[in-house]
Amino acid sequence: MGELPVIRIRELVFRWPGATAACLDIPAFEAPRGEHLFLYGPSGSGKSTLLGLLGGVLLPEHGALALLGTELSGLAAPARDRFRADHVGYIFQQFNLIPYLGVVDNVLLAVRFSSRRRERVMARGATPFDEACRLLDRLGMTGDLLHREAVRLSVGQQQRVAAARALIGGPEIIIADEPTSAMDAGLQSVFVDLLLTEAAAAGATVIFVSHDHRLAAGFPRQLALADINRAIAVGEAA
Amino acid sequence: MSYALTLAARSAWNRRLTLGMTLIAFVLSVALLVGIERVRTDARDTFSRSVSGTDLVVGARASAVQLMLYAVFRIGDATNNMRWDSFRMLENHPQVAWAVPLSLGDSHRGFPVLGTNAGYFEHFRYGESRALVLAAGRRNKALFEAVIGAEVAERLGYGEGARIVLNHGAGEVSLAAHDDKPFAVVGILERTGTPVDRTVHVSLEAIEAIHLDWQGGARIPGFSIPAEFVSKFNLAPKQVTAALVGLKNRSAVFAVQRQVNGYPDEPLLAALPGVALDDLWQIVGVAEKTLLAISAMVVAVGLTGLVAVILAGLGERRRELAILRAVGARPRDIFALLTLEGLFVTVLGAVLGLLMLAVATVALGPLVELRYGVAIQPRVVSLEELQWLGMVVGVGLAASLVPGYRAYRLSLADGLMPRT
Repeated sequence: MGELPVIRIRELVFRWPGATAACLDIPAFEAPRGEHLFLYGPSGSGKSTLLGLLGGVLLPEHGALALLGTELSGLAAPARDRFRADHVGYIFQQFNLIPYLGVVDNVLLAVRFSSRRRERVMARGATPFDEACRLLDRLGMTGDLLHREAVRLSVGQQQRVAAARALIGGPEIIIADEPTSAMDAGLQSVFVDLLLTEAAAAGATVIFVSHDHRLAAGFPRQLALADINRAIAVGEAA
Repeated sequence: MSYALTLAARSAWNRRLTLGMTLIAFVLSVALLVGIERVRTDARDTFSRSVSGTDLVVGARASAVQLMLYAVFRIGDATNNMRWDSFRMLENHPQVAWAVPLSLGDSHRGFPVLGTNAGYFEHFRYGESRALVLAAGRRNKALFEAVIGAEVAERLGYGEGARIVLNHGAGEVSLAAHDDKPFAVVGILERTGTPVDRTVHVSLEAIEAIHLDWQGGARIPGFSIPAEFVSKFNLAPKQVTAALVGLKNRSAVFAVQRQVNGYPDEPLLAALPGVALDDLWQIVGVAEKTLLAISAMVVAVGLTGLVAVILAGLGERRRELAILRAVGARPRDIFALLTLEGLFVTVLGAVLGLLMLAVATVALGPLVELRYGVAIQPRVVSLEELQWLGMVVGVGLAASLVPGYRAYRLSLADGLMPRT
């Protein structure tokens, strides 16, 4: 393709402090721009560790991990935090929302910590508030739902708000960590469809991590973490 | 950083119940601390402006502080009186410019009654050499006439012509009333901010007159002298409680003091008001420091409770901190968030504490002035109080660093996934 991969991992080894065996040992992994990847990872497969590494919260013992061509270990901690704020949107399994902020404020959180994402919204001629409402609307969150307290939303609604937050300001990478595991089966595929549609509209790369094979159907590329990780799984929490 | 402030405020509001309870404790402790400081300075102010231009206060031998307390501040009772001829000796002393007799012991509805003569209105000075001024009416001339202080007039709603009955003894409730000899209020003094405001002034002769048919603190049974006949008796005073003395030449003050203290006919004490006040502050100073130390500790207890509550809430908020980290908050933002929350509550507590004190001053100030003669000035905040508050907020900030640092460590360890 010639284009720089959005995620590029080479000979990455990660070991938790005090552990003898490596938790992750990934010889090579790449995700091109705009790809929607289903990463199969049961509990204890090291997926939380991988997400921490991708977010720049953890650093590899050795090896290379570059996002958008930027080597994360080459950045100082505050710069990594800023890089994450600017380029990565996260959706977690559950409890994604700050309980004391409203729905729209929870979405706006992403642009509060990233001036780049705020500027990208403004460049489209929208205010962050309008953009948050537009995304929420696209994800099926309308009307008085917008004014409801975050804690009074259903799990499915909370995850849509989290998706809007991950998408706002067009970050290049969306990392979704079991975002549908707390939902009813019927809602799961609706959510995945909405997420992928909006991500595609924004041109974002999606890494969708789940232990549930049934959700893999909508993804053009599917991968098991065990296939890229040479380390033997050592019982890791979550 | 500015958004951390918004987040801190909203987060604090979200936990308003638990934080509110600790806030109340903290507000009370701040009000206590500043209140004690305020009473302390105002008490000193009230005391030091109560007497001015008087070189010596003379009374029966006691301690100088005690003499000052009852003669000038109307606090406590005299253990002994001084004889009238001792007062005459003072008056006729070659170095003495003026001497004003003070006769205390009776009261009117809790306000002290002072028997004195016209010299009192001539020579008594307070504050910065200010003389007493009548706000209404005139000085007392006839026997059963009284001039009242501003506080007496305001509290009891007395105007010129009001009829008042004096009570025997200094208590607010007294069964022994001189109700057969009522007085007429003929004058009201302007407010001075001193014990004069709480005083009912009558003549020395009037004090003698109302006690004509009394003996040993009670009315003589079956014996009564009606008011209209008292002028037929000799009303020359036989004793007074104390005297205020002004000298012709201030440099003679120690010589006169020595002579009075060595007066052979009666054991007397001459006190220099300034020196006696210094003695008083030395005695009171210990109690003041103790009170301040205790209230400082109460503030420390309040702050500890606050920090404990924020720390306790941290466990439940690890998820929230992880979300903030995921959207790009740096660990130092998390640190700021938690520290600001503590600081926010501390500043709010200091402001509310002041507000509460202001309300308490307005509500309870008159009672304190009535009971203890200390005029608490309603004010927003003084420079000294501001320093105290600054210290409180400073300590609050230091204490808030504890949950801030703890959250900082947690968010570094947790990253995007709280390990529970």
